[in-house]
Amino acid sequence: MEHIRTTKVEQVKLLDRFSTSNKSLTGTLYLTATHLLFIDSLQKETWILHHHIAAVEKLALTTSGCPLVIQCKNFRIVHFIVPRERDCHDIYNSLLQLSRQAKYEDLYAFSYNPKQNESERVQGWQLIDLTEEYRRMGIPSLSWQLSDANRDYKICETYPRDLYVPKTANKPIIVGSSKFRSKGRFPVLSYYHQDKEAAICRCSQPLSGFSARCLEDEHMLQAISKANPSNRYMYVMDTRPKLNAMANRAAGKGYENEDNYSNIRFQFVGIENIHVMRSSLQKLLEVNGTRALSVNDFFSGLESSGWLRHIKAVLDAAVFLAKAIVVESASVLVHCSDGWDRTSQVCSLGALLLDSYYRTIKGFMVLIEKDWISFGHKFSDRCGHLDGDPKEVSPVFTQFLECVWHLTEQFPQAFEYNEVFLLQIHEHVHSCQFGNFLGNCQKEREDLKLKEKTYSLWPFLLDDQEKYLNPLYCPSSQKFTVLEPNTVPFNFKFWRNMYHQFDRTMHPRQSVFKLIMNMNDQNKQLEKEIKELESKIKHQKNRQTDTVLNKESLRSIHSDSPALKPSLCFKKEQTLLPGNDAIRTIEGSNTADNRYSEYAEEFSKTEPAVVSLEYGVARMTC
Amino acid sequence: MEFAELIKTPRVDNVVLHRPFYPAVEGTLCLTGHHLILSSRQDNTEELWLLHSNIDSIEKRFVGSLGTIIIKCKDLRIIQLDIPGMEECLNIASSIEALSTLDSITLMYPFFYRPMFEVVEDGWHMFLPEKEFELFSSVTNEWRLSYVNKDFTVCPSYPPIVTVPNCIDDEALKKVATFRHGGRFPVLSYYHKKNGMVMIRSSQPLTGTNGRRCKEDEKLINATLRAGKRGYIIDTRSLNVAQQARAKGGGFEQEAHYPQWRRIHKSIDRYHILQESLIKLVEACNDQSHNMDRWLSKLEASNWLTHIKEILTTACLAAQCIDREGASVLIHGTEGTDSTLQVTSLAQIILEPKCRTIRGFEALVEREWLQAGHPFQQRCAQSAYSNSKQKWEAPVFFLFLDCVWQILRQFPCSFEFNEHFLILLFEHSYASQFGTFLGNNESERCKLKLQQKTMSLWSWVNQPSELSKFINPLFEANSLVIWPSVAPQSLQLWEGVFLRWNRSSKYLDEAYEEMINIIEYNKELQAKVNTLRRQLAELETEDGMQESP
Repeated sequence: MEHIRTTKVEQVKLLDRFSTSNKSLTGTLYLTATHLLFIDSLQKETWILHHHIAAVEKLALTTSGCPLVIQCKNFRIVHFIVPRERDCHDIYNSLLQLSRQAKYEDLYAFSYNPKQNESERVQGWQLIDLTEEYRRMGIPSLSWQLSDANRDYKICETYPRDLYVPKTANKPIIVGSSKFRSKGRFPVLSYYHQDKEAAICRCSQPLSGFSARCLEDEHMLQAISKANPSNRYMYVMDTRPKLNAMANRAAGKGYENEDNYSNIRFQFVGIENIHVMRSSLQKLLEVNGTRALSVNDFFSGLESSGWLRHIKAVLDAAVFLAKAIVVESASVLVHCSDGWDRTSQVCSLGALLLDSYYRTIKGFMVLIEKDWISFGHKFSDRCGHLDGDPKEVSPVFTQFLECVWHLTEQFPQAFEYNEVFLLQIHEHVHSCQFGNFLGNCQKEREDLKLKEKTYSLWPFLLDDQEKYLNPLYCPSSQKFTVLEPNTVPFNFKFWRNMYHQFDRTMHPRQSVFKLIMNMNDQNKQLEKEIKELESKIKHQKNRQTDTVLNKESLRSIHSDSPALKPSLCFKKEQTLLPGNDAIRTIEGSNTADNRYSEYAEEFSKTEPAVVSLEYGVARMTC
Repeated sequence: MEFAELIKTPRVDNVVLHRPFYPAVEGTLCLTGHHLILSSRQDNTEELWLLHSNIDSIEKRFVGSLGTIIIKCKDLRIIQLDIPGMEECLNIASSIEALSTLDSITLMYPFFYRPMFEVVEDGWHMFLPEKEFELFSSVTNEWRLSYVNKDFTVCPSYPPIVTVPNCIDDEALKKVATFRHGGRFPVLSYYHKKNGMVMIRSSQPLTGTNGRRCKEDEKLINATLRAGKRGYIIDTRSLNVAQQARAKGGGFEQEAHYPQWRRIHKSIDRYHILQESLIKLVEACNDQSHNMDRWLSKLEASNWLTHIKEILTTACLAAQCIDREGASVLIHGTEGTDSTLQVTSLAQIILEPKCRTIRGFEALVEREWLQAGHPFQQRCAQSAYSNSKQKWEAPVFFLFLDCVWQILRQFPCSFEFNEHFLILLFEHSYASQFGTFLGNNESERCKLKLQQKTMSLWSWVNQPSELSKFINPLFEANSLVIWPSVAPQSLQLWEGVFLRWNRSSKYLDEAYEEMINIIEYNKELQAKVNTLRRQLAELETEDGMQESP
């Protein structure tokens, strides 16, 4: 709290990011220990978690006050005008401090306290069990086993304790191989395809320089290819552009020399590094934040940012990987430089294409837990959880989510989860509210005692899973229904719902997805009601039969009464379910939101902030 | 002329047909006066029937004696025929070329087509101006139907009946017609019942360089204003273009002569600019070898979505003036037959819920496009594969349909029709067995006796069996004005048309089916619950009566 000097500022204006006529809402700004809160005059609340703040900027003083622009990691951008410069300065300074913590212990997760008791919390952390996941793949098996080599993180600090390797790879091979690999990240099993007996393995680049070789490492790769009886060849995918890999040789690193390794097929894939990805996204956001953006500027910005080109490269690599396994039954070893960014992207997407389990809600959590969290994708560095090197920040995981989104667009029935699920995960990767994504590797997480001090995100998502279900999901009958996406450029679209998720006016005003989802829910309720009604009717009929038997003599008296009945019972039909109307509510649309003309400000009447029904809009939601 | 003269080789065996997403089919190729038919003569294989008028361009290639004809259609499909024998191939190619470019309209298929269905409701009489007029004449008496153009002498491109202000007599109309390009004097396009504001349309005034004026014209359009209220003139040309038009005798309304009107210039492109845009876009969509950068830069360079944005923005502006400003609007460009109609028809989709129903949309197309004199014959003579640099072709109606699709995507529950309905109209505006889109205006259609000699598209579409394909299962009548977003991030490539032949839509179609299933199931369950509730209520009453004698 020592960073907060002003907790409340009144008469603050919130500007519309895209309005050309400086439309704004006036309200009060509150600063709490964890959030920045703005309540406008219509009592609508905007909450911004301090950890979500990527940048705060104080612009030059204007006549109406001091502008404060806040950019968030979830792509929300807010533009406040604070009447007094002093207040603005205080808030600015507080936010600078609050959004850049130096210690993990100061992050929200360590103070976040949901309504869960201790045993629930402990159970929550046990929800995802990777040992169980390898068992699901059929591991350990005749040719793959659990290795205890990294039990104490002695061989590789950034790997998990439990690693699966070919049975023929003994300890000396593992140790030798790890010494020949960047950061000790030697080849280990990421995914095993039971049907094809082929494996996805991952590692970091070899320390080959221009000519160095390592027999243990060569044995390691041989062991992997021998563990696959279906194909004696294996692929080694270097996910970097060839030029980058070659440049690494000068630093004593590099890539596998095909001559030294028997039976490998070496392949470059050409995904760019974290720095290229970071500036690509920056460029994309810059272009899309422009007011009165023209179609041409939008497309040329999309092109020059290179963002979709990078997304396509990642997905193409995953398709290559999946094909090698399905078509050739070949095992594949994937690496990049350190084997925690591009390698995680390609391994996890490859597995997602191959195995329908990862297209379920639980399975997707397992996939992230396995290929991203446990194998040491540096979440804290990449998401800038702490005040650190800005050059370490990169949207690698966001790209992974976007690739998954593109797959859900091409295969609308193949995924149990929907877009909201992806957005929610993205939100929490950056929120520091749960322990899962804190730290850069398992060892660090253990040192932080995250499992004792924080909560796991997954049980909360699972509790809410109704929200994340895809109403069109059609579970595949087979575990290995392989997705074969079409990666022709025209299939890649700008992901508006991610990068403009808070720019409500840009989205369709009626959502087919929401409607179908509600209808699905309603169908379930109706099914239940039908059952209840049927049992009631049965019960009633039984009763009547009894009554009839008992009161046989009375029956004749009422023989002409049925004529009265209809008028009594038709009334009951009026309402079926209260939710029925709510389903079809049209969400707000407003001329002012849409900036049709620069003449707007000349028009005499001002736009009401919430448009009444008469004016064509039912309800504005956020 | 006999078609037989043009058909040198009516039949070739062992022709192989290649189409996107289908296995190659070998069969017999037949040419008739209006169709290219390929039949494999196997029971379960679908035959290909292609209207010659759907063919946009053809290319020939030879490898030895094997000839290949690549046929590019106006609906953007590309098919390939492998024909053994050089002579046969040349003959077929020249016949197709001749048959697909017949000069005379009366030789077109609609004049030969004999429907295989019973006409329940004749589409030619479904949307009469009198009936449309009745819809609002009950709420206002400020308007009247004028028959001044009954022999098409006042304005050749107008229908015989138009709606004009009550206080303006036919003599005045004739004078105004001489002051407007092509005689297109201001007429009513839309009456906004909610506030009595109107949208009128015309062509440019013929002010010329010396600022000619016409008192009757001023009186006519002022008659559409409420006392003390201002109106807006939306000129679909940029100020520059409008000023240049004066040199050719055209021009725009001078402030001095129209003090109650505020003029707004927008710039909607026309003619070859649109045609080139379409050609570029289709070329980009058809080349799957592009890398991402090339695809995006070609998509940008086509400018197609820029046109979409410009047209939609102008329509929204017109709707905004009417609904929000409570002002009347006059819309025109140069001729008033292209961009003007895009704007007036889209503004109605935004403002008027009825236009979002199937019937209402048909009426809108009939009123604002066909009767309003959009020259379909000229504009739709060629599509994206045309080589000829004719001046008249332009995808004006196509752009309108794309704009409707954009709104439909943003308001998926507010339209009674689905995307397929829009695609149907796109196809039929370029090539059809029906007479609806023949001719350039009502006058030409009268001379061609289309009503007597051809079948209307609406007669066919409105049969329940056909109509069911075009119903949007999500439709829930929405009485509100719908304001679409025109941000570039909100606009999308119309994949259903432009990528239709370039990628399989299997998974998307299946998902759509599943969605329909959920909706149907919902209806079923609701009906069942109702029945059961009634049944239970009956039992309970019965029971109650037995209990208390």
